[in-house]
Formats: sequence, structure tokens, C-alpha cells
Amino acid sequence: MLSQKKFIVSHAPFWHNGSSISEQSYNIIFAALPAVIAGICYYGTGALAVVAMAVSTAILWELAFNLVAKRPISIGDGNAAVIGLVFAMLMPAATPWWVVVTGTFIAIVVGKQIFGGIGGNPFHPVAVAIAIMMLSWKNCFDFDHALMGYELDFPMIIYPLAALKNFGVSAVEGLTAADLIMGKQVGGIGATFGLGLIIGGFYLIIRGFIRWEISVSFLLGLVVTAFLFNMSDPSKYASPIFHLFTGYTLIGAFFLATEDSSSPVNCVPMLLYGALGGVMTVLIRNIGVYVDGVIFAILIINLLNPLLDKIRPKAMGA
Amino acid sequence: MIKRSFFGLAKPRFEYETTDGVPGEPEKISAPGKAMFLFKGERKDAALLKTGDKIKTGQKIVLYEDSDTYVISSVTGTVSSVSPYVGDFNAPYIAVSVSVDDAEETDEQFADASKDVTLDTAKDFLAFAPGCPSLDVFSDPDRPIKTIILSCVDKDLLIATNPYVVKSYMDQINQGLSILKKITGVDHVVVISSQKMMKDASAIGGASGVELRVVGSEYPAAFPQAIMRNIMGKPLPAGGCCEDMGICFFSAEAVASVGKAFGDGQIPVTKTLTLINKNLKRVLVEARIGTPIRDIFNACDVTVSEKDRIIIGGPLTGSAVYSEDYPVMPDTDAIMIQDGEDVSLVSDYPCVNCGECVRICPAKVPVNMVVRFCEAGEYETAADEYDLYSCIECGLCSYVCTAKMPIFQHIRLAKYELCQIAAEEEETEEEEATDA
Ligand code: SF4
Ligand code: SF4
Repeated sequence: MLSQKKFIVSHAPFWHNGSSISEQSYNIIFAALPAVIAGICYYGTGALAVVAMAVSTAILWELAFNLVAKRPISIGDGNAAVIGLVFAMLMPAATPWWVVVTGTFIAIVVGKQIFGGIGGNPFHPVAVAIAIMMLSWKNCFDFDHALMGYELDFPMIIYPLAALKNFGVSAVEGLTAADLIMGKQVGGIGATFGLGLIIGGFYLIIRGFIRWEISVSFLLGLVVTAFLFNMSDPSKYASPIFHLFTGYTLIGAFFLATEDSSSPVNCVPMLLYGALGGVMTVLIRNIGVYVDGVIFAILIINLLNPLLDKIRPKAMGA
Repeated sequence: MIKRSFFGLAKPRFEYETTDGVPGEPEKISAPGKAMFLFKGERKDAALLKTGDKIKTGQKIVLYEDSDTYVISSVTGTVSSVSPYVGDFNAPYIAVSVSVDDAEETDEQFADASKDVTLDTAKDFLAFAPGCPSLDVFSDPDRPIKTIILSCVDKDLLIATNPYVVKSYMDQINQGLSILKKITGVDHVVVISSQKMMKDASAIGGASGVELRVVGSEYPAAFPQAIMRNIMGKPLPAGGCCEDMGICFFSAEAVASVGKAFGDGQIPVTKTLTLINKNLKRVLVEARIGTPIRDIFNACDVTVSEKDRIIIGGPLTGSAVYSEDYPVMPDTDAIMIQDGEDVSLVSDYPCVNCGECVRICPAKVPVNMVVRFCEAGEYETAADEYDLYSCIECGLCSYVCTAKMPIFQHIRLAKYELCQIAAEEEETEEEEATDA
């Protein structure tokens, strides 16, 4: 057969809805901006430096790994930038540079690339990095210690969850929900401005980049468990509102638990997965040794993800 | 093409549109100067047909002594070449090209045979008729057919072929239907139509008692598997076929072909198809089977250029061809031309587990898992544990994949490979049996 023209031959379907990994990544970054910018406003250039360094080193580590492992360059998909940004959002503004560089290394290389890169990681890369660093350099996450030199115009200048753990409910009574939601509390750079996180999360949900099932059930699980504790002994356990707006709760619900690769895809598993994360968070906060339980709760539900996702609807004709 | 909506939370929906926006009058393409017919199978020695042989319109052509497959020549002329052709999945074909003569002569074999209106005559002559009437299924004693489904809708999107046939060839359809009933002895006929075509479709069968059912408007409601589940209330077992359940499908065009053939004593050779242009404008085309699609493009003033894509079939399930010489086949319901700029490319990214495919899959296949095992070549696991065979091949998963993986292709390849493995196993078993 003679054929003069070259046509593109490929396989069905011949349409695609145009979605892409990079679109998703850049939208996540966009959604995180309100919280990040608020953090920079509160903490100043120190915070900006941490964010900039985390994002750039995450990209560099990814590039370095691509080159060493002779894999296609994957920094264009924006995933490394997302990991760097989320990492920075969890850190205190005064984090030393070497901690940032080590952290992004752990997140990118240990958390993601050794599992085969994007889509292969069983845990959220950032949760892995934060967990390892929490265990290795406790002081970095002692927000009070880390932020000692800062002049902060907050009603209370100690980390609320630490105050709660060390001094009991009475110590945090002065905090109003309004202050907490506006970010007037000590914490990670991008983890305190609750309103911004909620707006960002909501944006990602309606655009379909993260799943509402996970975020909503995570928050519900957390609120219900905290409420039960609070009911049982209000003098010992803080209110659900407090738990909702402090620590890593909101960033966990919208930016950590929802990571695609380490979370389920079926509806019931997503609900269970999220709810379990919320419950675990409060359990660790209220009866565990750690100040904040979100990171470990996320790792636990990540671990359970493959098991949970086995619950799925019956396929047609099966 | 339809893009992801801003509010990505909502699942995309594809609606079948029927003939809206399609001109009622088809473009009639004159007989081609050169026609081509494809035979499935490997090339063997001792072909019954060689270069220089004369053939007539309506002549039944068998390529090898022992083979059942035949084509019906749609033209009168001289065989100019017999050469191999490679199709999807490297399936071998033999292409017979014919230089068409000006004077047309009709073969009389069917005219004689058609006086005898029997299933055997139909089987012997009509398998290559427009719409491919599936007549072989009636002679399997293990699977008696009790119901014929006459589908007035097309499976894929944008195709308006069958609705047009229903509108324009009602007499032939009715004639074909009564012949079918008579020669097969099947009495129960269900006509499947879309809501918009109800008025036309209700004329089918006349007073002879057919059931008329409406098919949903959302893709892939017109798939046989979906019709079986939603309309017939008999969901197919995964990977099973309708014939196992005593049901067989005919397109309106296939039924019309049967009617035309016996009515005129001539095998119909003109195929109706929908030509989908780059801007998704559609025209109906009537062309002889065997016409190179180039002739259709020329007649309809379609310019195809380098890097465009030529698709036989619809946008979600068709198959791309690499040559404008590719002929119209009896089952070519649509030809689609896609501009090089609209061509969506796949990537070599792995699955990121976003779950979009799982949410859109009408068969509830855990596509994210299936695609992982398919990629790793572990087809058995995909089939045994993750419902590979439930897939009805609608293509929606690839359409939404965030990682732009060629999921659909992975699935089809997996099924194909498993089929090959099964065939090989059967062969060795047979050998062992004969050895013993
Ligand atoms: S092609 Fe994809 S979406 Fe369609 S049935 Fe098969 S697995 Fe499901
Ligand atoms: S849509 Fe693509 S990337 Fe998303 S889960 Fe399915 S196969 Fe994986």
C-alpha cells in the first residue's frame, strides 16, 4: 500500500479530558498560597526563606535523583515543588537551613523516589520526612523553643498543643476560636491560618483535585472523638474546636491525608481512611506521648490504605 | 472534545446525540476506481484468487479452499494485487485490490440462491453485507437463540449511522425482520431506540409484535453489556457473551441488509457511515464497501494533512489507521478525522492512584489496580483478582486518566495476551491428548 502522508496512529480513546499531573500540582500550590502567605506575614522573612529553600531543594533533590538513577527528568510535573512547599508549611519559621535540606532530601528520596517515584510511595513523602525528623531532632519541632526570638503579636505565644499537653486545659482557655482560625497562634509556617487552609481545601475539593470524602471524614472523625473525650472530662481534655484549629489538623485533612498515591480511591475506604486518621490524631494527642498526632495518624492510615481499598463495589458481571 | 470541567468534582458525562445537526441527505460516493477487500488471516499458498482475475459485483470471493471467510465484491473489475496487511495487535490480513471496470456486471449466484429463503442461504452470502448480520450464531445447538435485539443506536459517540438507516430504510428493515424471524424461528424481538427516535423506531415490526425499549442517553448505555443489564435485566457474566444467554444483537443496518438482499435478489454493497470532520461536523456518507477512505475525503472536501489522525469508528472506541487506502468495511459505521493539534498523546507516567478511572468506570472495575498489573505483565492477577474481564471496553478510564496512561490499551492487550495463552494451552493439551 502506498502512503504518502504520515498520520498519527495511536489507540482509543482519541479524546482526553485534558487533566494532568502538573495541573493538579500547580493547583495544590495555588490552594496552599493563602496559608503560606499568612505565615510569611506573621513570621517575616525567616518564613519566606524556609519556604523558598524547601521548594527549591526539593526540586533539586528530585532532579539529582533523576540524573543519578538515569530516569526521565520529572521536575516538570510539579510534584517535587508540592512536596517542598507542604514540608515548609509544617516547619517553624526559624528552622535552620540544614534541617530544611535534610528534610526535603528525606521527603523526595526516601519518601518518594526509592519507591519508584510518583505514584509508588505508600506513605505521604512529607509525613515520612517529618516523622523521621521528629524522632531525630526533637528540638526542631519544639515550636516554643524554635520561635523563641520572635516578637509575635499573638494572644498566647506558646504552641497551643504543647501548652495543652504540659499544663492542661486551663492553659489554653484564653485562646478563642477566632484567633486560632485567623492564625494567631504558634505553629508551622503554613499550618496555622485555618481560614486559608479551609479556603484552599475547599477550592481543591470543588475542582476535584482532592477528594472530599477523605478531608471531611478526617475532620469529622477528629471532632467526634475530641468531643467524646471532652464530654468525659472537660477539665482534662480540650474542646473539639480547639483540636480542629490547632496543630496540623487542617493541613493534615486537606494536604496530607489526601495525597493520591497513599490514599484509597473507593468511596467507603476513603471515608474509613479519613475517619480513622481523625480518630488516631485525637487519641495520640490526648493519651499518647506526642504533642501532635497528625503526622503519625497519617502514617498509620497510609499503612492501612491498601487493606482498606480492598473494600470495593462488585464489578459488573463478577 | 470535551474538556474537564472547572468543577472537577462532578463526574464528566457523555450524552449520545442522535441525528441532531447531521444533514438528512447522505453524500453518495460513486463507485471507486480501485477497491480493496481485507481477508482476515495469514497468507497461504494456493490462493484461489490471483492477480488478473476478473470479478463481478456481488460475487462471493473465497481466498482459500478450506476457509469459511469470504467477502462479497462490491465492484466489477480485475484483481490487481494480493498482498499482506497488518491490522491492530499485528493481526494479519490479506488485502485484495481490484481495479474497477467502467461497465458493471452483477454476479447471478445469489439471485438464484435467494429464491430459497433459508438460514443457510443467508449465512452463505450475507456475512459481508453492510452491518455484518451475525447469522452464524443461530446454528449453534448448544446456545439456542431466543431473542433478537434490533439496535437502532450506535455504540460510540457522534455516530448517526443507524438512526439514519431507521429513518430511511424502514421497509427493508421490516422485510428483513420478518425474514429473520422466519429463517431463524426466533419470535421474540426487542427494538432498542433512543428517546428521540421513538417515533421512527415504533414503526419497526409493524403489527407483528416487537417490544420497543428506550435506551439511556448517557454513554455507554448503548453497549450490548449495558443493554443486557439495564434493559434486558440479564447482566452478562464478566467476559461472557450475549449469545450464551440466548440473545443476539443486530444493528438496524444489518437487518435492512437482510431485507434488501432477499427483496432484490442482490447482495447490498453500499455502506452507510458517518463522517466526523475535524470540527466535529458530521455528514452521512453512502459508499460501496471496499472504497478507499481517500475517495470519501475527496468527495466530501475533507483535507487531511500530515500528523492528523484517521479513526475508523468513534472517538472513544475506534481504531486509527495509517493509510488513506484503508477501505470501507461492512462494519465501518464511522470515520473520524482528528486534527494533529487535537491529538491527545499518552505519557509514560505510572499510575498516580488518583482514582478518576475507578469513579468513572461503568463496570466498576478497579482500574487503578488492573493497570498496575497489566503494566507489569501480570495479566492473570489482573483477571483473577481485579475483574479485568468485567471491563466492557468503553474507553472512559483513559479519557480521564490524570497520568494520561493508555489504560484502555493496556486492558485490551491484557485480554488479547490471555486469549493467546489460553489458545496455546488448549493446543498443548490437545497434543498431549493425541500423544497419549
Ligand atoms: S474501558 Fe475502562 S472505564 Fe470502560 S469498562 Fe473498561 S475499565 Fe471501565
Ligand atoms: S486515572 Fe490514571 S492515574 Fe488515576 S488512578 Fe486511574 S490509572 Fe491511575
